[in-house]
Amino acid sequence: MNRFDYVRAGTVAEAVQAFAGAEGSRFIAGGTNLIDLMKYDVERPGRLVDITRLPLDRIEERDGGLRLGALATNAQVAYDARVQSRYPLLANAILAGASAQLRNAASTGGNLLQRTRCYYFYDTATPCNKREPGSGCSAIGGVARIHAIFGTSAHCIATHPSDMCVALAALEAVVQVSGPEGERSIPFAEFHRLPGDSPQTDTTLKPGEIVVAVDLPAREFGPHFTYLKLRDRLSYAFALVSVAAALELDGDRVKTARLALGGVAHKPWRNREAEELLQGKPATRESFQAAADRVVAEAKTQGGPQGNAFKVELARRAIVRGLEQAAAGTPQSISDKRIQ
Amino acid sequence: MTQTFSSTGHDRFVGTPRSRVDGPAKVTGLAKYAGEFTAPDLLHGYVVSGAIARGRITAIDTAAAEAVPGVVKVLTHENRPRTAWLDYNYQDAVAPPGSPFRALYDDKIHYSGQPVALVIAEDFDTARHAATLVRVDYAPETPETDLAAAAGSAYDPPMKRNGIKPPPKPWGDPDAVFDTSAVKVREQYTLATEHHNPMEPHASTVIVEADGSYTVYDKIQGVSNSHGYITSVFGLSKDKVRVMNPYLGGGFGSGLRPQYQLFLAMLAARDLGRSVRVVLTRDQMWSFSFRPESLQTVSLGADRDGTLQALSHDAVQQTSRFEDYQEVVVNWSGVLYKCGNVALTYKLAKLDTFTPADMRAPGAVTGVYAIETAMDELAYAAGIDPIALRLKNYTEKDQTAEDKPFGSKALKACFAEGAERFGWAKRNPEPRSMREGRELVGWGVATGVWESMMQQSSAHAILGADGRLEVGNSTGDLGTGTYTILTQIAADTLGLPMEDVTTKLGDTKLPEAPVAGGSWTAASSGTAVMKACRDVAEQVFKLARTMEDSPLANVDFERVAFAKGRIAVAGDPGRSVALVDVLRAAGVDRVEATAEAGPDKDFNAKYEAYTHSAIFAEVKIDEELGQVRLTRIVSAIAAGKVLNPKTARSQILGGVVMGIGSALEEESMMDTRIGRFMNHNLGEYHVPVNADIHDIEVIFVEEEDRANPLGVKGLGEIGVVGTAAAIANAVFHATGKRIRHLPITVDKIIA
Repeated sequence: MNRFDYVRAGTVAEAVQAFAGAEGSRFIAGGTNLIDLMKYDVERPGRLVDITRLPLDRIEERDGGLRLGALATNAQVAYDARVQSRYPLLANAILAGASAQLRNAASTGGNLLQRTRCYYFYDTATPCNKREPGSGCSAIGGVARIHAIFGTSAHCIATHPSDMCVALAALEAVVQVSGPEGERSIPFAEFHRLPGDSPQTDTTLKPGEIVVAVDLPAREFGPHFTYLKLRDRLSYAFALVSVAAALELDGDRVKTARLALGGVAHKPWRNREAEELLQGKPATRESFQAAADRVVAEAKTQGGPQGNAFKVELARRAIVRGLEQAAAGTPQSISDKRIQ
Repeated sequence: MTQTFSSTGHDRFVGTPRSRVDGPAKVTGLAKYAGEFTAPDLLHGYVVSGAIARGRITAIDTAAAEAVPGVVKVLTHENRPRTAWLDYNYQDAVAPPGSPFRALYDDKIHYSGQPVALVIAEDFDTARHAATLVRVDYAPETPETDLAAAAGSAYDPPMKRNGIKPPPKPWGDPDAVFDTSAVKVREQYTLATEHHNPMEPHASTVIVEADGSYTVYDKIQGVSNSHGYITSVFGLSKDKVRVMNPYLGGGFGSGLRPQYQLFLAMLAARDLGRSVRVVLTRDQMWSFSFRPESLQTVSLGADRDGTLQALSHDAVQQTSRFEDYQEVVVNWSGVLYKCGNVALTYKLAKLDTFTPADMRAPGAVTGVYAIETAMDELAYAAGIDPIALRLKNYTEKDQTAEDKPFGSKALKACFAEGAERFGWAKRNPEPRSMREGRELVGWGVATGVWESMMQQSSAHAILGADGRLEVGNSTGDLGTGTYTILTQIAADTLGLPMEDVTTKLGDTKLPEAPVAGGSWTAASSGTAVMKACRDVAEQVFKLARTMEDSPLANVDFERVAFAKGRIAVAGDPGRSVALVDVLRAAGVDRVEATAEAGPDKDFNAKYEAYTHSAIFAEVKIDEELGQVRLTRIVSAIAAGKVLNPKTARSQILGGVVMGIGSALEEESMMDTRIGRFMNHNLGEYHVPVNADIHDIEVIFVEEEDRANPLGVKGLGEIGVVGTAAAIANAVFHATGKRIRHLPITVDKIIA
């Protein structure tokens, strides 16, 4: 862990200013990811701008939806009565992730900004394009069973680790940011980016911009949702594949489908063609299988016994099951680890 | 069980469930661990770990690190002080044959994660920061870390490891008989590399005393081992070094050998003449010992009724280039089953890794998994119930030891009582036949076996004028309950309440005891404590007889009983005297004794000693999604006398959970291109969490054993042995899919 400068900001403007005042600044809120990265010497911030005192921790009604303050903790959001009744998909996704202790510390903004998951990114003894652009991707051809099958590039195959963001992608949340050039809104699908040839950049935030809120649109999906997370143990593990599904049904037909996947790409993965394919179709296993086939048709895997080829079939089956759960109105329980 | 500790013929504490005497200190934070002791002007060392697995360091630049204010020195192979010259000096009490690793010895890189520098600073943060500024250049060579690739050059270890029985010579003609057998199973089994990962990371605090001596707090499972290592490596006289370690936050074998952080902390303290602490990080816990990977082939040939006619068990296991680590992997097959034609082989293959180390039931976890899975396969091949198959081939003699009988073996009772509790009779043997909703249900069974051992040990007992008793020796309590059982034994032997007994462990000032491992501590240190207490009792009795108007004047020692702090004539409690009064009358402030205890050579000449278990597992599997839930385990244990059913049960629970980890989750994943374990943290190396654990029922079956006066056989490891096989067998029963490579992860279920 390097030596760094520390500034505590009282307002958003102060935070933005303090950030710009030093090389290699990082905002810090819960610190549940950043501190780990600093201990591993992956992040070497010149300055930490502590934003925990900013008045951004409220959850408020807005335009028929909810505005989640960037500093509302993961636990606060997951257990908020309005979130639980109107956006249970989000509550369930949050509770499927991390541990109670981490959720108490981790913030909404920080959840969006956690770095991608990859053994090699976290190990400074190995080359990594994300840490040192141009040094090469060690994961390709290496131990890659946890890595991405969608949207990868020759430069990076890391995955976004968040559960919450998968639900936010399905709900089409909007990220509110503030920065040196003022405020702007970023649709969730455009917030995280694919690695391409610059995997060092995880999001479309501009330098010095800070997430101030996440807006949940008014649209709700009633009981027809699920967050299904498949992992190497039944709690406290990142998703190998997760599925956030939400359906609007018209009788036994699908009116609208939202489908987002976690653990399979550098960002929460949506495939709008697959969602459109479901429109007007009967809410049956056959329809769901067709949608799942469409999603996994784009998969590209890493070979070998330590590769991730299994994720394609796992994702296909998880999508079908997730859509079945959503259609039946029997979302995956967070406490009962049996899968419905 | 007729043997008691208490002279009253009735034990008050031994055999009863007792909470840990060290519990309050641990839950209130009063218990201090090796990395928590401090000294004025303590320096902090931070280890710089190497990045390559094989090659040389061509340059090491420490200038930037040394320029950081607060950094005192950076030790590397270029400036390290001289230490002992010969390999012999570095061989600790449990070292395998070879040349032990020496940190910062020269420019050669032996394995990935090898320490290449120690940054020493006035505070931890400065040391950690400066460590990131040390620049190391390497001339890398291609490492070999793929066991399958290296297996072709496997060899019989020329030097055998002390205490590890090599495979017995083959008997009969297993190959020919296998070929003509009516029912055959021949399969390969592997178990992934596992790392111990105790909660407490390895740490050493070396305190330089004013007289130039060293007080060392080291994370070790037996301080005598660190003491011997330090005095030998650094050329110090024995009285110049005191090693202590009152508590361990788990060891599982990783603390049997002194690890490199001890060497580095001592090296720095010697060099600088100041106290130094070195604590390893969690990821550095992947930079030394581990349970080695092994490739095993088991061949079983049987008659149609399941009678074994041929048995072969061959294992190739990894070791380092510099030491021939060995464990007992294949012998278990010969110990467990009666068979006229048997061949057992065990070979090593050298890889560019650190030397593997004993990890809870070393060798047995590996080998018993293979034989007990193969036996399940044979049961299906022959169409026989897996328990019936095991009973059909049951043996009362150890064929690997010239047919010596077992000192005790209540394994049949384990099967009977375990099956009853589990409800085995309701099992439909057909794979895929049991279902609950979407989930397939599978029931599996396996045998567990572990050696019952005793080591030479000593202990002292000191009865004070206030009537309080202190007992102790240098062994360690790994969190297993050693403090508690020794307190129970001492309290019963001298008839005192447990509150009046203090047990001290983990200090080389105390009588010497072996490292805590091998499940031998209860037998070894327990017997030594009992003997020391008996000696004290006899001394106090002699003093009591000489008291004026002694109520015991004409009584023999055999006729008195120690109870409630008094010595009384048996059957005549009115004739008694308080221990404190005896000491007062005699004018002594203490009565003390040191006793030795060791294995019973006569018994060992006649018998072989093992603990046994039968493990029953239930899994529920969502086959489509590859999700395995382990819903039930019944572990029936035959391990002699149980000193404390509460701590004993906890031991088995811990072992079972570790077995669940082996079966379903634990795997250190090696990138063989660079020879490095890649998932070196507890977020990516999965051990079971609460959500993975459901009902675990522990049964201790009645078993009388006479290998030692206590009748105990040891409980530290038996809980883990066979558990993975029972689970893998349950997975087969549920799905019809035989997975022979642990752990059984999602990808293997859906494959």
